[in-house]
Amino acid sequence: MEGFYSPVQVTSWLAQGRALFLVIHFLGIAGFCYIVARRLVPLVRGERDLRFDRPLARLGRVLKFWLGQWKHPRYRTAGTLHILIFAGFILLAMRAFTVLIVGVSPDFVMPGLGGKTGQSYNIITDYAATIVFLCMVFAVVRRLVFRPARYLVPAKYGKSHTPDAIFLLVLIAILMVADSLFAAAKAAAESQQGQPIEALAVLSLPWILKIALASASLTTVGKFYFGAYLLHEITFYFLLCYRPFGIQFHVETSLFSIYFAKLDRGTLKPVRWGVGDEHLDEVKSFGVKTFEDFTWKHMLDFYSCSDCGRCSDNCPANAVGRPLSPRFITIKGRDYAFQHYPMFGRSNNGKALIGNVYSEDEIWSCTTCGACEEECPLLVEYIDKIVDLRRGMVDDGKVPQSLQKPLKALESRGNPYGKLEKKRADWANTKEFQQACTVKTLDHKNGADTLYFVDSITSYDDRMQSIGRATAKILEHVGKNFGILGAAERDSGHEVRRFGEEMLFIGLRDHNVEAIKASGVERIVTADPHAYNALRHDYKDVPPVEHISQVIAGEVKAGKIRFNAVANKNNVYTYHDPCYLGRHNQVYDDPRDVLDAIPGLKRVEMARSRDRSFCCGGGGLMLFYEPKEEQRMGVKRVQMAAEAGANVIVTACPFCMVNIEDAIKVAGMEGKMTVIDLAELAEQQLARESQRAA
Amino acid sequence: MEILVCARRVPDTSENEIELNSAGNDIERDELVYSVNEPDNYAVEEALQITARVGGTVTVATVGGEDDEEILRREMAMGANRAVLISDDAFAGSDGRGIASILKAFVQKGKYDLILTGVQAEDGAAQVGGMLAAMLDYPFASLVTSIEVLEGRKLKISREIEGGNKEMHEIDLPCVLSIQTGINEPRYVGMRGIRAVASVPIPMFGTSELELDPNTVGESAAKVKRIDYFVPALGKGAEMLHGNREENIDKVLELVAAKGGLK
Repeated sequence: MEGFYSPVQVTSWLAQGRALFLVIHFLGIAGFCYIVARRLVPLVRGERDLRFDRPLARLGRVLKFWLGQWKHPRYRTAGTLHILIFAGFILLAMRAFTVLIVGVSPDFVMPGLGGKTGQSYNIITDYAATIVFLCMVFAVVRRLVFRPARYLVPAKYGKSHTPDAIFLLVLIAILMVADSLFAAAKAAAESQQGQPIEALAVLSLPWILKIALASASLTTVGKFYFGAYLLHEITFYFLLCYRPFGIQFHVETSLFSIYFAKLDRGTLKPVRWGVGDEHLDEVKSFGVKTFEDFTWKHMLDFYSCSDCGRCSDNCPANAVGRPLSPRFITIKGRDYAFQHYPMFGRSNNGKALIGNVYSEDEIWSCTTCGACEEECPLLVEYIDKIVDLRRGMVDDGKVPQSLQKPLKALESRGNPYGKLEKKRADWANTKEFQQACTVKTLDHKNGADTLYFVDSITSYDDRMQSIGRATAKILEHVGKNFGILGAAERDSGHEVRRFGEEMLFIGLRDHNVEAIKASGVERIVTADPHAYNALRHDYKDVPPVEHISQVIAGEVKAGKIRFNAVANKNNVYTYHDPCYLGRHNQVYDDPRDVLDAIPGLKRVEMARSRDRSFCCGGGGLMLFYEPKEEQRMGVKRVQMAAEAGANVIVTACPFCMVNIEDAIKVAGMEGKMTVIDLAELAEQQLARESQRAA
Repeated sequence: MEILVCARRVPDTSENEIELNSAGNDIERDELVYSVNEPDNYAVEEALQITARVGGTVTVATVGGEDDEEILRREMAMGANRAVLISDDAFAGSDGRGIASILKAFVQKGKYDLILTGVQAEDGAAQVGGMLAAMLDYPFASLVTSIEVLEGRKLKISREIEGGNKEMHEIDLPCVLSIQTGINEPRYVGMRGIRAVASVPIPMFGTSELELDPNTVGESAAKVKRIDYFVPALGKGAEMLHGNREENIDKVLELVAAKGGLK
């Protein structure tokens, strides 16, 4: 208590209101507890979700994404504002609690915040309150004048959220003013009485308010002191109890959302947590059909969303006018929860989500590219929810006609095209290719160390077979003892699973796992990022898998691969990150290293690259889906490449190749833009022994 | 309403490469994969939608062998209440009339208000539905593209006629309808659904259960016999348009209009 002096008059001003303050305290805390308890009702009824493992990894994420605000700077202005406000809130927390308690116990000092520490803390928080206040002013101006496009609410999703956002911003501003006025009035009273006073932070809000009160009478100052306290207390509790009704609930829930966030990229949640594949036949209903089929964590995501719009701002489906906006997947989920689990009275649950809250087209529109999840500061999960909703639709037979044929073909032939199994290795049997390279089919007679997992599109699509041949030639060039499964290979099932047909996926996976084990290989290489992701994350007990870009990059570093200089020095190359290589598996540098190892190759980056890469339109079954859209994603992507000044797009995924090749034609850019696969380009540029000798 | 759907298992044209066998009198069947005949699948979906609206049950029957159980299970997974395999060695080699006779015997063993068939089998001749109706002395309508249940044991149906037009009819129950594809959007049957009905027993009906004279069906009774099978020679292929964009567009419009595609 040394150095801290409470004059009798000042505390006596509050003493008169003690009973009132106590009542408000009680009502505020009781109200908040009741509201939160009601909000927890659906979570308790939700599906289980095993998120209690790996506490250290989870704490690390709390430090990085919650305390460290890691994702925020990706949006410079809003991110900076948020970091300032967040830091301000964290700093002000103790001050706010102290103020609340002072109303009941005037001499209260927060333990550890007495003396010099307390003085420094007060100076810092004077500034914190001022900065938060200014941020609120700025945020209101931004909402009203600059109106960032991502905050717009399209008419089909209801009314604008701006009034509510501004209401909340103003409330926080009032809280800051009340807090500052409280400090200022106290300081003013003390200084008028000639008592020793604590210095207020120069130019801070309390400092300015104190100057304003300098000439006021002691009685007036006392009224301001009392009024400020009451305003602070009411605003504080109003905000506390109002936040669970809207976007600011994340103030409370974000810590939990981030702690329990998904840890493993590229994976999918199981159909039911804790139910193994062998018991799936006993599960009565698959996927999410009603709100209560969501897991508690996915419901918590709905509460935690702060409506910042970054997901939809990055969603390629949203960008091309498909009927999907991830932001509203969440907002609609939250609205449902609020409406069907009211504060008073019984909940009315059990309504089908598809057709009432979400539309079939909306849920099929997602390419699972992961751009939304990459951007979300609160680590809200979308892909698992979309896949769960699809599992529910598949279970109810609600599958678009355009997808039924390829699914049936996958079931009977192991590929979506309905082509014969025995023709799966035909790409390797053309005369011309066989003269340059031999690809053996692995069986009990022919073994190898490395399996080249080709997957369906590269096996059967005339154009993509060239990627297969280039991959094989590279593997042969670096002296790998490799082979393929041939007719024994089935589709990896990557999209089958992501389109919600879990049982079909399990059939394909089990067949492949058995064939891979029988082949006796020690490692797997693939040129298809979707197969790569499936083998890496959806399959278990298979040898380690590498994407061909990683193999090439490794061999370049080891000096086993050297490239010839590019023939056309005028070409400008740009690398398009496939979603399942980049975002989902973090392979960003290897493909770029390969390109940069080609002498004379001029490479530029698109504005959207690496973890902000823009999906080309989706792979696997997405090629069969007929979305409602204004434009193709690929066309947008090709235009981005042109804007970057490139005339050659290099990608590393057969599906990107399909989409971008089509998009070049649709955009009328034939002759101005070309696309090539990384494996094809690397194979073209290989400096072979004969050439080196020459 | 009690509905019987007559379905058939056929080689799936989108998942097979149809080739002639060495004798040249049939297709090579060793590596074929089969599915339910597509129009039959629409018929089952339509039956399910009707019973969902007005109540009743859906029975799916096929004339064939044990392998054909596969499609019966698929249709049960779709929602059919009952499936029956009509099978007997004596049925082998039946022509369309033979199949219709077998189905007629089966229909008379039950009590059905409505009998649906696909408009035609992908490897068939679009004849069984009509013959079955005639044998049963039931009214018949083909190429049905919508069904509405009316009061007083009547249906209102639409039929597709040439040029994309539709004709509306009223038809008395019991009747036989052959269903055109596109009448609905058949629901998806997933692996899970098929697994769920994998062990449901499927009753089998043969000549004795149907009280059918074996001499009236099968190869010996067939009056239409396949004598050859051939794959037509490839034509010249596509007609390439050589001209600038505007000319090509005009030419395409002209060609499409000439085929009745534009009005």
